[in-house]
Amino acid sequence: MDTAIAMSPARIARAWLVEAKYEFLRLLRTPSFALPTILFPSLFYLLFGVLLNGGAHHGGMDMASYMLAGYSAFGVMAPGLFGFGVVVAMEREHGLLTLKRALPMPPGAYLFAKMLMAMLFAAIVVCLLMLLAVTLGHVRMPLGNWSALLITDVLGVLPFCAIGLFVGTLVGGQGAPAVVNLIYLPMSFLSGLWIPLPLLPKFLQQLAPLWPATHLGQIAFSASGAGGDHRVAMHAMVLAGFTLFFFAIARRRLRRAG
Amino acid sequence: MHASIAQLENVVKRYGAITALDGVNLRLHPGELLALLGPNGAGKSTAVSLLLGLQRVDAGRATLFGLDPQSLDARRRIGVMLQEAALQQSLRVDELIRLTMSYYPRPREFGSVALMAGIEELLPRRYGKLSGGQKRRVQFALAICGDPRILFLDEPTVGLDLGARTAMWKTLRALVASGCAIVLTTHYLEEAEALADRVAVMARGRIIAEGSVDEIRAHVSQRRIRCISALPAETLRAWPDVSQAEREGEHLHIVCGAAEAVLRRLLAADPELRELEVRRAGLAEAFVEITNDAGAGSVEQKEAA
Repeated sequence: MDTAIAMSPARIARAWLVEAKYEFLRLLRTPSFALPTILFPSLFYLLFGVLLNGGAHHGGMDMASYMLAGYSAFGVMAPGLFGFGVVVAMEREHGLLTLKRALPMPPGAYLFAKMLMAMLFAAIVVCLLMLLAVTLGHVRMPLGNWSALLITDVLGVLPFCAIGLFVGTLVGGQGAPAVVNLIYLPMSFLSGLWIPLPLLPKFLQQLAPLWPATHLGQIAFSASGAGGDHRVAMHAMVLAGFTLFFFAIARRRLRRAG
Repeated sequence: MHASIAQLENVVKRYGAITALDGVNLRLHPGELLALLGPNGAGKSTAVSLLLGLQRVDAGRATLFGLDPQSLDARRRIGVMLQEAALQQSLRVDELIRLTMSYYPRPREFGSVALMAGIEELLPRRYGKLSGGQKRRVQFALAICGDPRILFLDEPTVGLDLGARTAMWKTLRALVASGCAIVLTTHYLEEAEALADRVAVMARGRIIAEGSVDEIRAHVSQRRIRCISALPAETLRAWPDVSQAEREGEHLHIVCGAAEAVLRRLLAADPELRELEVRRAGLAEAFVEITNDAGAGSVEQKEAA
């Protein structure tokens, strides 16, 4: 019997990267995913952060930086939630996931590829927002804040990948976009990404720590120097917890239901 | 005697109250093409998905190369073409092939994959823009690109035109000749007749007949006679040994037991008779007979037959 079954680590690493490359390419070529994901945050930011808000200060907060940080957090949630939630739901429904399970795809490559794809999209979303912020939004920050915000947002996509994955294992391809939007838009509002938390009703402020987006928002505000509570380590741990929790239960469901 | 490279041993699989497989034994040997035949719901797809590790047996054992079918070592030696698989619509055909090739330790040459599947002209096109038959050929390319030892093909030629089907048959024969084993489920009995070394007929979760195409055909003792004659079909139906007689234009179609006696009487009754053909029933007739026998327990089917 032949023994040509061993894969060198280099070949496995290559398989992971090839998977990630094609996952990114395929979504970039899917206008119904790429266009809203990339353009909506910029449009919202232009409308609410630039046009309707002329660099005002509110309670010591620099609103221009605040808006940039808030909309960047809002923007990077989408590739995670939709790239996992909707895409996994469709792939489950249409049999692609079944085929991949029959093929010798290296374990982990599937999730790795989607995570890298989501981080790349997140980087694109944030860079576009930053470009608008510098040119039209009159945002001026030290270089350290720019890079801290970029890193926050690119890593900040991961908890939403996990939540999206969980949604994708629960609902079908038809229902997934609606379910994801139902999570995405209210959570963005309730987490103070559009309107600063202190301006929201008291009970909404008290509920805010329940939403993962609140914690990403707080880190983003701190990174951009636009306020936030500066308890970055605590928020990062909460986000890591959300990520692990949702990945774990999603994996359980994927294994059982396939 | 060859070792088997894929095996189901006394396998039982249930979906709730339904028993999809009820004690199935199946062995696949290197370099053989095994055709799994059976009506819808017979358990063919379940048998294949257990061998692919997509589902778990409730009792018995499923192995690939002596390993758990879910193990990566086993999967690296197989190629798969499932019945419904929506591949990534926005990827090009060449990208899909390169992606699938990356999973295997020693894939085939890219060029030879495209050649064997007959898809060279499709390579730069987006998968989502292809016709059904073209998609099927691309899925076939993905199945063979890893240079597998076993190829699982679920209804591979559905939607293919005659030329493409013949080309795929030719490739399948070449693969078998090179030592690749193939498990083929198909609704086209002529496909099994043309390709299979061995046929396993399934019904109601069991294998009810297994053997070479000739052995399966031998289950049917009947012969078919076709000729041009003016004799009325009703007259022929009254003859002993004749089980069916139909007229189609000027042609008569007769199904009978021992052809010789019927032929003598036929030639005597109509001196004008011409264009005479006699043949043994094919796999299709054998299949109908075998699956009917399997259903003989139910009264309704007996009456319908």
